[in-house]
Formats: sequence, structure tokens, C-alpha cells
Amino acid sequence: MNILSDIYTALPEFFVLCMAMLILIVDLFLDDTQRYLTYALTQLTLLGAAVMTAVAHSNAVGYAFSGLFVDDAMAHTLKLMIYLSTSVVLVYSRTYIALRGMFRGEFFVLILFAMLGMMVMVSGQNFLTLYMGLELLSLCLYSLVALDRENARATEAAMKYFVLGALASGMLLYGMSMLYGMTGSLDLTQVSAAIMGGELNHPVLILGLVFVVAGLAFKLGAVPFQMWLPDVYHGAPTAVTLFIGSVTKLAAFAFVMRLLIQGLQILAHDWQGMLIIMAVLSIIIGNVAAIAQTNLKRMLAYSTISHVGFLLFGFFSGTMNGFVSSMFYIVAYVLMTLGGFGIILLLSREGFEAEELDDLRGLNVRSPWYAFIMLLLMFSMAGVPPTVGFYAKFAVMQAALQAGHVGLVVFAVLMAVVGAFYYLRIVKLMYFDEPLDAAPIQPPLDMALLLSANGLAVLAFGLLPERLMGVCATAILHSIQ
Amino acid sequence: MHVGLSHYLILGSLLFALSVVGIFLNRKNVIILLMAIELMLLAVNTNFIAFSHYLGNPTGQIFVFFILTVAAAESAIGLAILVLLFRNLKTINVDDMDVLKG
Repeated sequence: MNILSDIYTALPEFFVLCMAMLILIVDLFLDDTQRYLTYALTQLTLLGAAVMTAVAHSNAVGYAFSGLFVDDAMAHTLKLMIYLSTSVVLVYSRTYIALRGMFRGEFFVLILFAMLGMMVMVSGQNFLTLYMGLELLSLCLYSLVALDRENARATEAAMKYFVLGALASGMLLYGMSMLYGMTGSLDLTQVSAAIMGGELNHPVLILGLVFVVAGLAFKLGAVPFQMWLPDVYHGAPTAVTLFIGSVTKLAAFAFVMRLLIQGLQILAHDWQGMLIIMAVLSIIIGNVAAIAQTNLKRMLAYSTISHVGFLLFGFFSGTMNGFVSSMFYIVAYVLMTLGGFGIILLLSREGFEAEELDDLRGLNVRSPWYAFIMLLLMFSMAGVPPTVGFYAKFAVMQAALQAGHVGLVVFAVLMAVVGAFYYLRIVKLMYFDEPLDAAPIQPPLDMALLLSANGLAVLAFGLLPERLMGVCATAILHSIQ
Repeated sequence: MHVGLSHYLILGSLLFALSVVGIFLNRKNVIILLMAIELMLLAVNTNFIAFSHYLGNPTGQIFVFFILTVAAAESAIGLAILVLLFRNLKTINVDDMDVLKG
């Protein structure tokens, strides 16, 4: 094995790592008026990494570092989406963090390191790489939540996130240690082969599996491990919530794919039951609790929990079609969440957080265009045709139906109708109520364009889902055997 | 008495259970939460080393080195957040972290 070819396979990761360290040093020599250079360098890093990933793109599967690192179509596709959504996050949050004294090198460097963690997670082919990627991501997220140092609410959220996140990592590791003990390997392919070979102690394997699934559920935010999610979404600065809510879910999806599907699919019978329970509970708790919220960020947190429930429908159906639908769902979810929190950031200004539902009152009077964008996003989250959210829900339901879960699908559709209530309440507030504050909405040009494109993309992908579906199908079919 | 794999695994599971109970029952002090988290990672390490020795396979012990390093970084960040918490709330009581709920 040649070390240079290994490095070449993981070139985007090394590039992001070097650039993050470079930016950390460059930022030391800049004063506050030159801080835009840090921002520009960060965006440039994302662009560079995207070019490297796109150039290396192929449908072949390559391994590096003795099988610790895998380079396949799913990794490429998800990494490109991670770069794109991180870049969108930076554009949306720039004004917000500048007005709150967080427009500093640390913010950008932490985002880059978190992204590096996600890239490692997406390409992890070994318990070791998966764990290291996850921890790099989590440690950066804990610090990002606490970045607004004077804010007591953010600090409390960071502490809760830290304790529960560490608990989840501990559970995941405990499960991994059991699986290692039974199979004698940390490599996903070898773990899978060892279980296939049989004659292992089944109860101990299941014990390991339960802990792994619990750890995964914590990271995804599925009930009964969802308690951190509303507090963190609510307490964190909105720019950070945007990042946690959107981009990291792509990595969480890859994490589940690698561990449960690539590594432990032979135990599918055992984890399917757990996922079904978590999916059903997530959909109930997410949709019902969201109705009671008056805080928009909290409401979107519960909405995330219910989306995770729908996402799990694709996983437990256990078919290729199901995994492809899940991937489509997560991409659609990221698109909607970016837009939703983008609107909150748009309406926030110096000393004012537009995070209550009442802050959306009469948005149509203040700005018909952004009210329309928010309308599209809310329709998409509720699953109203012809938006992408409808098609995503339709695809996972269809996959579950093909796997024979008729009762569950009927139940999920009914709960989606319950969920439509709180999304449509926002539409009602925007279009039929009088505005409570009349401050003008003047986003910078790049944010205005991107947010409009984001809202329209929700509609466009809903009308023409074939392209995106094709991308997801290629990514999954060439990566999972 | 011969000390075998199962003894180590029982020790590991006891430590693990102790740390989970420590996290959920502790209503007093955030520092105890951090200690419980460390204990949890050590329980995992015990497991890995026991299995690694039993299987005659060093990968488990290599994983332990990584876990120890991450645990150090994790407690550094945990303590940093703790300092912020004390500065903002003037207390590190778990029960006083109740601004966010619903």
C-alpha cells in the first residue's frame, strides 16, 4: 500500500484539514475590518474540496488506509451535498453572526472541522474511523453552541448537548466493543462476514446491536432519545441551529447506512423491530408536541423529530428502494430546514431574535415574496403536493408499503395530517394576521438570491423529482451490495 | 481463582451501569456528570482490552488509545462549557439548568 495513493484517495479531507489550520493562523493576523477574508477563505475551501470530490467522482469503490476509509459513489454524493449546504449555511448566517459578535475565526474554523468530521463519517468503513469522525463533529458542535459566551441560554443548551451527546457516544462505543468481542474485527466488511459465518453468540451480538442502535438514535434525534433536540435547537444561536439542523443530518444518514446497512444488515431482523418502534414514537411525539409550541425554533425541532420518524420508514423497509427513498428524504429535509431557519435568520436583526411564531404574523404585508418562500417551505414540510416534501414522504411510504407494512403506512399518513396543522398555522399567521412589527426586511443580495433559490428548489424538485431520485439511486446502488 | 474474560466483562458492565445511573440520578453537580462520562468511557475501554487480550488481536487496544485521546479532548470541552455555565448562571447545579423546557 502506497501512502501517496492513500492520501490521494482522501484528498478532499486533507485539503479541508490543511485549510482549516491555515485559516486559524491567518485569522490571528487580521483585525475586525478584515474578517471578511476569513469568510472568503472558508468559502474557497468549500469550493476547492467540491472540485476535488467532483473530479475524483466515479462509480467504482476505492479503499484507503488498509480499509479504514472508503471512497464510493454514496460518499462522493453526500460530500458534495455537505459542501453545498455548509456554504449555504455560511451565507445565511453571515449577517446574523456579525451583528452578535460571533463573526470571528473560531466560528469558521469550527464549522470546517465539524465538516471534516462529517466527511470522515461519510467515508468511514471501520468502527474506528466512524467513531473519530463522529467525535470530531460532536466536539465542534458543542463548542459552536456555546460560542455566544455571554448568553446563558446557549450555555445551558451546550451543557445539555454535551452531556447527552457524550452519553450517546458511550452507548455507541459499548455496543461496538460487544460487536468487536464477538467478531474479532473493527472493520465493517469483516464484521459482516464474521456474523454471516454464523456460530457466534447471538444474544451478545444483539446486546451490542441494541447499544449501537440507541447511540444512533441519540445522534439522529429519534424518540425515546430525542430530549436534547428541542433544547439545543432553542438555546443555540440560530446560525448554529441552522448548521446542526441541516448539514449534520446528511452525515447521520451516512452513519446509519454504514453501520446498520453495510455492517449489520445480516441482523436486519433484529434491528427492524427497534427502528419500527422508534419511527412510530418519533412521528407521534414529534407531531403532537409541535402543536403545543409557541417558539418557532422549538417547533422546528419537534418537526425534525417527526421527519426522523419518516426517514426511519425507508430504513426498516430494508430494501434498496427503501434506502434510496431515505436518501431522497434526507436531502429534501436538508433543503427545507435550510430554508426554514434561513427565514428566521432573515427576520432577525440587531438585538432581536425572530424566533417566536408571532414574529411571523403578517409577513405577507411586510414582504410578499419571502412570505411565499416560507409558504412553499411549510407546504413542503407538511407534505403538500407538488413540493419535494410530498414526494419524499410518498417515496418512503411506498417503500414501506412494498415491504408489507400497510398498517404503519396508514398510521403515518394520519399523523402527517395532524402535523399539517402546525405548518398551516404558520401560513395562516403570515397571510391572515396583522404584522406586529414593521421593520423592513433587507437581506444582503447573496442571501436574498440563495434563499429565493432555496424556496424555489423545494418546488422544482417536487415537480421534477426524477433527477434527484436518479442521483440518490446511483449513489446507493453503486455503494451498497 | 482464575480471572477470565467474563469477570472483566462483568466489571465493564457494572462500571457502565454505574455511570448511566450517575448521569440520570445525579441532580446536584455538573462535575459529577463529567466524572460519570469519563467512567463510561473507561468501562468501554475495559471491555475492549479484555476482548483484545482474549482474542489475541491488538486492534481493540489500538481503539482504546483513540478513545482515551478523545476522552481527554471531551473533558476539556466539557470543563470549558462548565466554566461558561458558572460565569453565566453563578451555579453548577443540575436542577438550575431549567430555562429551556417544553
